Amino acid sequence: MRNRRHVAPAAIALAALAAVLAVAAPGYFAPDNLRDLFLANMPVLIVALGATLVILTGQIDISSGSAFAICSVAAGALAKAGLPAPAAALGACVVGVTLGAVNGALVAYRGIPSIVATLAAMVALRDALRWVTEGAWVQNLPAGFQWFGLTQSSYPLFAFLSVAILVLVVVVGMRHLAAGRWVYATGSNAESARLAGIDTALVTFWAFAAAGVFTGFAAALNAVRFDQIPPNTGLGLELQVIAAVVVGGTAITGGRGSIVGTVLGVALLGAIGPALTFLGVSAYWERAIQGGIILAAVAVEAIRARLQKNGRVLANQS
Amino acid sequence: MAPLLSAQLITKTFAGVRALRNVSFELRRGEVHALIGENGAGKSTLIKVMTGAVQPDSGALAVSGRAVPLMDPAAARSLGIAAIYQQPALFPHLSVAENMALALESGGALRRVRWREMNQRATALIARVGGAIDPDRLAGTLSMPEQQLVEIAKALGANAKALIMDEPTASLTHRETELLFDVIAALRRDGVGIIYISHRLEEIASIADRVTVLRDGETIATFQKGEASRQQLIALIAGREMAESFREGQGATGGAVLEVRRLGSPSGLRDISFSLRAGEILGFAGLVGSGRTRLAEALFGLTPADSGEILLRGRSVRIGSPENAIRLGIGYVPEDRRRHGVILDMPVSANVSLANLKSVSHSGLLRSTEERRLAEGYVARLRIKAPSVDIDTATLSGGNQQKVALARWLAINPLVLILDEPTQGVDVGSKAEIHRLIADLASRGVAIVMISSELAEVLAMSDRIAVMRDGALQGLLGREEATQEKIMSLVLEDRLA
Repeated sequence: MRNRRHVAPAAIALAALAAVLAVAAPGYFAPDNLRDLFLANMPVLIVALGATLVILTGQIDISSGSAFAICSVAAGALAKAGLPAPAAALGACVVGVTLGAVNGALVAYRGIPSIVATLAAMVALRDALRWVTEGAWVQNLPAGFQWFGLTQSSYPLFAFLSVAILVLVVVVGMRHLAAGRWVYATGSNAESARLAGIDTALVTFWAFAAAGVFTGFAAALNAVRFDQIPPNTGLGLELQVIAAVVVGGTAITGGRGSIVGTVLGVALLGAIGPALTFLGVSAYWERAIQGGIILAAVAVEAIRARLQKNGRVLANQS
Repeated sequence: MAPLLSAQLITKTFAGVRALRNVSFELRRGEVHALIGENGAGKSTLIKVMTGAVQPDSGALAVSGRAVPLMDPAAARSLGIAAIYQQPALFPHLSVAENMALALESGGALRRVRWREMNQRATALIARVGGAIDPDRLAGTLSMPEQQLVEIAKALGANAKALIMDEPTASLTHRETELLFDVIAALRRDGVGIIYISHRLEEIASIADRVTVLRDGETIATFQKGEASRQQLIALIAGREMAESFREGQGATGGAVLEVRRLGSPSGLRDISFSLRAGEILGFAGLVGSGRTRLAEALFGLTPADSGEILLRGRSVRIGSPENAIRLGIGYVPEDRRRHGVILDMPVSANVSLANLKSVSHSGLLRSTEERRLAEGYVARLRIKAPSVDIDTATLSGGNQQKVALARWLAINPLVLILDEPTQGVDVGSKAEIHRLIADLASRGVAIVMISSELAEVLAMSDRIAVMRDGALQGLLGREEATQEKIMSLVLEDRLA
């Protein structure tokens, strides 16, 4: 976990892409383009931070897209009820942590496999939202909600700093808090972790709850960019998020990976689509190339695991 | 007439540890031949050689006088050698008939399944072993003796001429055991040879025609029925010259640290009382499944006790979880090192600090320099062979992984350290070092509970020896009075029917 070999493939791919772009389409690095790129991928990035925690504990959360939609609508509704933007964002986080805690409790204390619990949540939450809103968009948002009460030009910097601080906090937490160590230990070998005195159920619960907070925050930070909120927002977000985490070198079986890797994974998958446009390749290739990247990431991980296993055998023989 | 199955001068070595040395064994037609010995004596390995599950390094196998140059599971099956194990291995979601068909039928994936034939054959085979089980029932719904009957019927269906039974009565009641013996008697009349493995000497006295004793991977003796007394057999099983004690002139240095009074647990512990003093090593002997590990799990809060009392330094404590236990100063090195003792994917340093992250933290933040210093200290002190504390624990050898597991618990400065089979599967060199470390810990005042299935180890290391059977304490022997025979006799005593 401390060695950073697992991020190397994503980092190399990203560097290669940047190199190609620098030569073939230097316009890609124009500040406006980078800003738009960041804003477009911001929700995926924030949600992926939480998803990394969940995946590192050896679980999975496929309800984040639905939770994102509920949190977005909640933020909008609270703003329309007269709350200032920060309070509406806090409200979205509260909704998010509640949804995450329910997932976490079902998985950690009821023993329901996370893929089942969060699949149920994904479907139920999406349909509940459709029923409550009757499909209507949240419109006529108050002016103070737009751009978080900032201006359209100052908002991107604010959003960037918020996300940067968030990433930093999570990186430091995973590396330097006992809780971070517990997450890795739980995902590597839950029984072994339990025997070392770690409350693995509690760790799992909090990983889901934390993922909920991130989802709420991502929803609020994203909602202020538009003047209306469609209830089908965040459709398929969970898949983008999981793809980014995997591409970032985190093992889907848990225990190995990092936040830095996830940031690189989001950057790589997010940068590729616009890059195609800049390079004059048909945008229809975007999904296919993203799929190829995911496959490559999984293959690299599998090869790495096999090499390590062989290394283990050699070490045992010597 | 040539014996049904014979193994001549079999030798097998696993990763430098010799499991069998020049073992010879033969089974005649219509004979029940018992195989006895303590855990690790080589019984399982011998069976695996005879069923083709492992290949011997040297030696020869012959079936009905014909040499079998390469025994593998398919060859064993076609030659009529079948084994049934202590835990039946049926597919719980398939019916009885399907389970039997899987073992008996062969052919392509597209062949037709003849359900009626399959059911008829299952019924007939089960009837032959004296049972009546509906072939449509799912295997998962069968009782333990029913599952065993199905296993035996399956073996017969494969035309087994030699049947190996590994502790078949371990999970049977007295009455079920008698039914099994009737089946065995019937098979024997039909000319089937049976290799019968058991720890229960009374059973063996009643059904075996011959008994072979294995010890430390060697055949010690073979007796005809009634030729050897129970006492003689026990002495032969235990055998072995008394290993030299590691603990000359040592022994407990302080007052009682841990006191256990009438402890009972939902996992099946009954009425266990003992006390342990600072600097004392209390060895726990007993068979696998006798309750030693369950006792460790109760003391460490994994399956908390539900009756009785635990006192730590005179204070009554409740140990409801491993966190409680660790806070109270109890450490536990579990039996299955690879699965539970260390986290293989984590570096050595993270494994050492895992149970005591506080000691390497400042204002809540882990300091990697201190963590490395802590780990490096133990790497030096325990002489762990690792190029750096940053490498994954998976890359270390078994003995060194075990030392890392030990280091984790030394790092909490334990009052009481529980070691479950501390040297199992460890090479000879590391074993001696681990023994020295344990003795050293005791001399520093740590109270040690050491569970071991190796009698010589228990005798060499312990100040006192506790013997467990069926979840209860059978006796506590002081170092002077403890002999191999005395311990073995307590370990093996047949339960009252």
